[in-house]
Amino acid sequence: MTLLHVDTVSRFFGGLKAVDQVSFEMESGTIMGLLGPNGSGKTTLLNLISGFLAPSSGKIIFNGRNLAGARVDKIARAGIARTFQLVRILPSLTLLENVMLPAVFGHRAHWGKEAERVAHAALQKTGLGDRANASAGDLNYIDQKRLELARALAAEPELLLLDEWLAGLNPTELQEGIRLIESLSGSGITIIMVEHIMEAVRALCPRCAVMNAGRLIADGETSTVLSDKAVIAAYLGDAEYA
Amino acid sequence: MIRLAIALLALAALAVLPRFVSEYELGLLIGMASYVALASAWALFSGHTHYISLATVAFYGTGAYTVAVLNESLPYPAVLLCAALIGAAMALLVGLSTLRLSGIYFVIFTFGLAELVRQLITWYEVSITGTLGRYIFLDLTARDIYWQMLALAAIAIGLTAWINRTRLGLALRAIGDDEVVAAHSGIHLARTKLVAFTISATLITLVGAVGSPRWVYVEPLIVFNPTVSFLTVIMALLGGANRLWGPLVGAIPLFLLFEWLSVNFPDTYPIFLGLMFIAVVFVLPNGVLAGLDDLRAWLGRRGK
Ligand SMILES: Nc1ncnc2c1ncn2[C@@H]1O[C@H](COP(=O)(O)OP(=O)(O)OP(=O)(O)O)[C@@H](O)[C@H]1O
Ligand SMILES: [Mg+2]
Repeated sequence: MTLLHVDTVSRFFGGLKAVDQVSFEMESGTIMGLLGPNGSGKTTLLNLISGFLAPSSGKIIFNGRNLAGARVDKIARAGIARTFQLVRILPSLTLLENVMLPAVFGHRAHWGKEAERVAHAALQKTGLGDRANASAGDLNYIDQKRLELARALAAEPELLLLDEWLAGLNPTELQEGIRLIESLSGSGITIIMVEHIMEAVRALCPRCAVMNAGRLIADGETSTVLSDKAVIAAYLGDAEYA
Repeated sequence: MIRLAIALLALAALAVLPRFVSEYELGLLIGMASYVALASAWALFSGHTHYISLATVAFYGTGAYTVAVLNESLPYPAVLLCAALIGAAMALLVGLSTLRLSGIYFVIFTFGLAELVRQLITWYEVSITGTLGRYIFLDLTARDIYWQMLALAAIAIGLTAWINRTRLGLALRAIGDDEVVAAHSGIHLARTKLVAFTISATLITLVGAVGSPRWVYVEPLIVFNPTVSFLTVIMALLGGANRLWGPLVGAIPLFLLFEWLSVNFPDTYPIFLGLMFIAVVFVLPNGVLAGLDDLRAWLGRRGK
């Protein structure tokens, strides 16, 4: 079943085409890597899907409904959750409260014991289970990332958008992170992960898509895409990957 | 449970207090209860969301003016009901147009609102009814007013305690921390803010209505005095606007201080108000109660 259909979506900032006529579809339960050099429009594309930004044109069909331009909270309740490239947590709330929010207001809208159960389960999954009542503002960077993922999971989303969630982890944490995403994918959540770490993309994503200057320049089986000439050229233009 | 019992006992004690005090002291008690109610009602919306509203006097004055206009034509409970409805309607209107504004724009708009309402009423009175200034003759004693004000303060604090335990309370705290995250968690930002703002503004309107018979003579310049808005903010912030008892802790000493200042230094008193505002924002941005917690934590660390 097609869960997500991004249909010729564009977003302009003044004269800048941050996302330019992008189209792709995703089957329910699949995972896709989204690559591309800095500034190629990956985060903007996630912002369009999560509703943080409205597309300048195009449709975003999710579960058969066009969500393009809908309010963020409506899209969240429809079953799309995300993490942010620059971590965003609610520092004055406890870990549990951070995670309770999507459990209470999100896709399934639980209250009381059931919301707490979902929230605790999400903390458990990301390894924060024993610190439920700590203040989120006291967490270090890595734990903040974990909390962000826990918050996304507590929404019990159908589609999960990860924006470089593995960035900044040390090698051990990276392996743990990869295993975690693998298990999420295995549990049936559809995932789009923006990622610069090729090792992770190769390990997790049978399919990947590449953006360059706002356009989707490749989309297909990961090893094929990564050996594509246009993709290599796009990355070679970017010193970081040369 | 024990806390609730203590709070109810304290309320009962406060309710019998008028038996033991002079007329002047009763006046002070009414003032204190008013500002506890105002600061608590203000914090009900602004405490968690961090939207600093300077519209307090717009609603407070509207409440007082509603009583002034209706007190001869309707029974008192109906007058209060009208005041509450007018306050709520105004809050919905204002909320719908302003709660999308953020930070300083919201502050400025709410400040302007009080002035706008005052000018509108002045214009209406002068050009339509041909009067400016009205008398309030109600068969209410100072004690009656004190009890009503005490009840309002208790309602404001009780309602806050209740909201803190509900979904609304959780949503408000999330909004105060990061609206983007709140929205991505599924919270309808505009509706959540509107509900809390309306509850808060309705209570504030009622404080103005209940306190109005004390004025006897009411005119726009008196009841729409912006000092009320500033005092309310300072009190709530000083005590700690995101804490249940914070506004009360800030309101009582500050009310007494400003009462004393306004009697002894009537001309320079606004300067103190300004200094106080700055001091609170810079020295104790989270309020006295949070400051005490920090101090306790610091002493605890030193003790080790
Ligand atoms: N809100 C905005 N206003 C104006 N320009 C923006 C905005 N958001 C993004 N852009 C621009 O759009 C382009 C794409 O940015 P985007 O953040 O989507 O890139 P990215 O692929 O996520 O890059 P990175 O790998 O560095 O995260 C960039 O040129 C960026 O400066
Ligand atoms: Mg990005």
